[in-house]
Amino acid sequence: MNNFSYARAADEAAALDLISQNGSAKFLGGGTNLIDLMRENIEQPAALIDITCLPLTGIEELSDGGLRIGALVRNSHLAAHQLVRDRYPVLAQALLMGASAQLRNMATTGGNLMQRTRCYYFYDSAARCNKRVPGAGCDAIDGFNRIHAILGASPECIATHPSDMCVAMAALDAVVQVAGKDGQRSIPLVDFHRLPGDTPNRDTNLKPDELITSVDVPALPFARRSMYQKVRDRASYAFALVSVAAALEIENGLIKQVRLALGGVAHKPWRAFVAEQYLTGKTAGVQTFERAAELELEAAKPFQHNGFKIELAKRTIVGTLTEISTKGVAR
Amino acid sequence: MSIISKMTEAVVHFVPDRDRDHLSEADRLIGKPVDRLDGRDKVTGAATFTAEFPLENLVYAALAYSTIAKGKIKSIDVKEAEAAPGVLSVLTHKNAPKMKAPPLFSPSGGSDAAGSNANVLNTDEIFWNGQPLAMVVADTLERAEQAATLIKVEYQQESADISFAQGKAQAEIPKNIMGEDTEVSRGDAEAALASAKFKTDRLYTTPRYNHNAIELHATMAVWNGDKLTVYDASQFIRGVADSLAKMFSLKKEDVRVLAPFVGGGFGGKGSMWSHVQLCVLAAKVVDRPVKLVVSREGVFRMVGGRTPSEQRVALAADGNGKLLALIHTGVTATSNTNDFAEQFSFPARHLYATENLFLTQSVVRLNTTANTFMRAPGESIGTFALESAMDELSYELGIDPIELRLRNDPERDPAKGTEFSARHLKEAYRLGAEKFGWENRPPAPRSLRDGKWLIGQGVATAFYPAYRFPVSARVRLNADGTAVVQSAAQEMGMGTATVQTQHAAERLGLPMAKVRFEYGDTNLPQAPVAGGSNQTVSVALAIQEACEKLQRELLNLAKKDKNSPLADSHFDDVRACDSGLFRRDKRETGETYVAILARLKQEFAEAEAQSGQPFEMMKYSMGSYGAQFCEIRVNEQSGEARVARWVGAFDTGRILNPKTGRSQFMGGIIMGIGMALTEETLFDERSGRIANPTLAEYHIPVNADTPRIETYFLDIPDPHTPLGAHGIGEIGITGAAAAVANAVYHATGKRLRDLPITLDKLL
Repeated sequence: MNNFSYARAADEAAALDLISQNGSAKFLGGGTNLIDLMRENIEQPAALIDITCLPLTGIEELSDGGLRIGALVRNSHLAAHQLVRDRYPVLAQALLMGASAQLRNMATTGGNLMQRTRCYYFYDSAARCNKRVPGAGCDAIDGFNRIHAILGASPECIATHPSDMCVAMAALDAVVQVAGKDGQRSIPLVDFHRLPGDTPNRDTNLKPDELITSVDVPALPFARRSMYQKVRDRASYAFALVSVAAALEIENGLIKQVRLALGGVAHKPWRAFVAEQYLTGKTAGVQTFERAAELELEAAKPFQHNGFKIELAKRTIVGTLTEISTKGVAR
Repeated sequence: MSIISKMTEAVVHFVPDRDRDHLSEADRLIGKPVDRLDGRDKVTGAATFTAEFPLENLVYAALAYSTIAKGKIKSIDVKEAEAAPGVLSVLTHKNAPKMKAPPLFSPSGGSDAAGSNANVLNTDEIFWNGQPLAMVVADTLERAEQAATLIKVEYQQESADISFAQGKAQAEIPKNIMGEDTEVSRGDAEAALASAKFKTDRLYTTPRYNHNAIELHATMAVWNGDKLTVYDASQFIRGVADSLAKMFSLKKEDVRVLAPFVGGGFGGKGSMWSHVQLCVLAAKVVDRPVKLVVSREGVFRMVGGRTPSEQRVALAADGNGKLLALIHTGVTATSNTNDFAEQFSFPARHLYATENLFLTQSVVRLNTTANTFMRAPGESIGTFALESAMDELSYELGIDPIELRLRNDPERDPAKGTEFSARHLKEAYRLGAEKFGWENRPPAPRSLRDGKWLIGQGVATAFYPAYRFPVSARVRLNADGTAVVQSAAQEMGMGTATVQTQHAAERLGLPMAKVRFEYGDTNLPQAPVAGGSNQTVSVALAIQEACEKLQRELLNLAKKDKNSPLADSHFDDVRACDSGLFRRDKRETGETYVAILARLKQEFAEAEAQSGQPFEMMKYSMGSYGAQFCEIRVNEQSGEARVARWVGAFDTGRILNPKTGRSQFMGGIIMGIGMALTEETLFDERSGRIANPTLAEYHIPVNADTPRIETYFLDIPDPHTPLGAHGIGEIGITGAAAAVANAVYHATGKRLRDLPITLDKLL
């Protein structure tokens, strides 16, 4: 770990001011990922700006029935919040399937958005990684890529985004509120994370001097019938090989509305727009779900060890939608 | 096997047996579920582990590791590291003082302990990716670690042998395996296989696995002139002391190694790895005490793990399930800096009767970290292959897999023809089957289901040899009625100190509170490596002999006084009880130790004994057995396999403490579940580098992966071991992976022969 300076910001203005003074400064929330990465010498910020004193710890109900989740709300608090559990079970489930109880107690909402990939070669400074060192090459493409992307990858990078929470938020049309020196702006969650393209070093569209202040989850009454399924190598404390967040509204046997997102398959939470478009208006049932999954995964491109994810993603989509449509609200 | 050992083996059959230990049936303290004596200290943080001893003037060392698998160091730039704040010294092959070569651990005994003979920092040669190339000593750990990242190495890279698959063709047959003949051949197994009606002939593979004890490998070294004190997280303190004496040209008695508490070993701390000598070297150079705690990544890079294996098991049977042939052959890997062919063929030497037996194994050298012992090396991966094959054969035959095993239970040792000292595998199966409810299991695969979860039940035999090594122990009885028992054994959390205290108290007829067992210090009477599940029994025999010697001496001293109630007693007339020696025929007649010592005006009396060579191991076939029952649930949609229920029934001689014993069995089973389902070292064959050297990506089972585990034991004493006991640290992992794989087959109809059984293999 390099030497770095540490400052605690008293308020939002101070935080923005401090970060503007130092090009390689980082905000410190729960630190569950950033400190790890600093210890591995992957992140080497010259300064840490501790924002944990900022008043961003609340969960407020918005006028439309949605929720505004402060950037510093801890994952465990968010998962336990009654309104989250009632209105967005998919989000509560996703949070509780992430990490471990100890990590969830520390990890913040904003920090969860900023999690970096778990690609083995990103973590190993002896390996080539375009995300860590632009232009260095990628050791994952011909290496161990069982946990890597099947959708939206580039010849530069096949890493996946590791968050569970973000997959649920992508399905829920969440909007990230950020503050910068030029004021506030809103970034839809599905546009917050980037595909790798030829700049895999950039995970998100957040500017280096911007601060996440909250995540807004709009009202989505049918999300009461929503669910998160996560498939992983051990029963807890493992990242998703594939995960599915889904919400489904069925009226008279027809799919009126659907939200569907995948985790563990791409460089960002993968909103399954193709499948959603196909499903809308169709008769709810396994065959429809299977066709939708087929269509969504048509674009999938496997590497040596991760071809199974295509079939796994299809099965998990079908299984999740089937479970919601037959059992209703699952907790 | 050498001619000498063959001759010894022939002669020992005429050596009379040691008397059966009269404490084999004792039940005042032996066999009681006594709480661990160190339990409170451990949960309250009062127990001092290696890296926690407060030393004055202490500084910290950190290592920099090779990133190539083979070649030479062309140049190494340490300027930036040397200039970093707090740095006291940067050591490389350019400036490190010379050490003698690390003496490689030898399975035939002795106290050489090095896991690898690479003389790191004394050579520019690179033998594996992860070899320590430089060491920084600084005033804080953080500064040492940071400076280590500033070292720049230029390599002259050479083509390395990395691939196990490619190397197999060049595998060689080792001269012997752990001192036993590599090949066992009787009858004509291939011919019997070819002509048999019922058979199975398959390849099984197991991946590399790495050690992940909770406590990281750690050493602290303190020089005082030519005398050296080392605190080391070790399962083999005698070996560490003697090996350091060799490497640094010291007198053996000038090196003291201490390890009062070790936070898990599992074989990973059974050898001395390079960080130990480097820490000692650093302390010499900076002339201050040095602490070196290897990072989690460093443990993956530098400490050996379990070899990969490819094993062939072929079985043939007649229609009644009688085994007509058993073939178990295969390949494992070792490194260029050690010599360890993991003994996967050992279980097949002892488990099943057959006229036609062929066992052998070969080993390939690769540019990797030296492979090492990991809980039941050999028997763990060997039973995976053998016991999977037995299950396959049972389905070929249409015979219940337990019944198949019972029908082939041998009368005498299948490989050596020796008598079994104690073998109750059939009873273990009966007990396990009853507790598990095996009779309700429908035999056909895919017969049980709960929604999208397929349910399967599998069974496998557990086996581990019963080893004993010579040990010394000292027993002192004090005038105040307390006793101190000493042996330089190791406590890695198994309950060694608790059980030996129980034992010594029982042996001396004292309450446990009056007895203190001292261990973990090479100044005490010597003990061997805590490995091969030998320690409990080995130390017990030395304590038994020291106690008897002391009791004889005390009796003789007591008899010098004609007024002593024991004046006309022979040793066989008395027994230790009620804190003294009393006549067997008249319990009230005798004297307490306090009374004897008071009359003699002695502050204490003590005796030391060294137990003899384990001839009984040559005379008899000595092993522990068990039956492992697994119920698994496989998610038909995702392929996820989760163990739902486990029953293990064990035949491991007398159980000295059912509470600590249960933990040993349970820990082994959990490690076996990890071996079967989740653990795998991702070894990148392009670089020879481990890709997942972290607890996040190397998946040891977590609590959620661990089901309700029931363990049972027969508790039948072995007449040829002290206390009738066997060591039980390793048997729990044996058979476990096969029980899982067999349960997966029963659940899904898919026979998986390549570990670990991850969900992609079940889709």
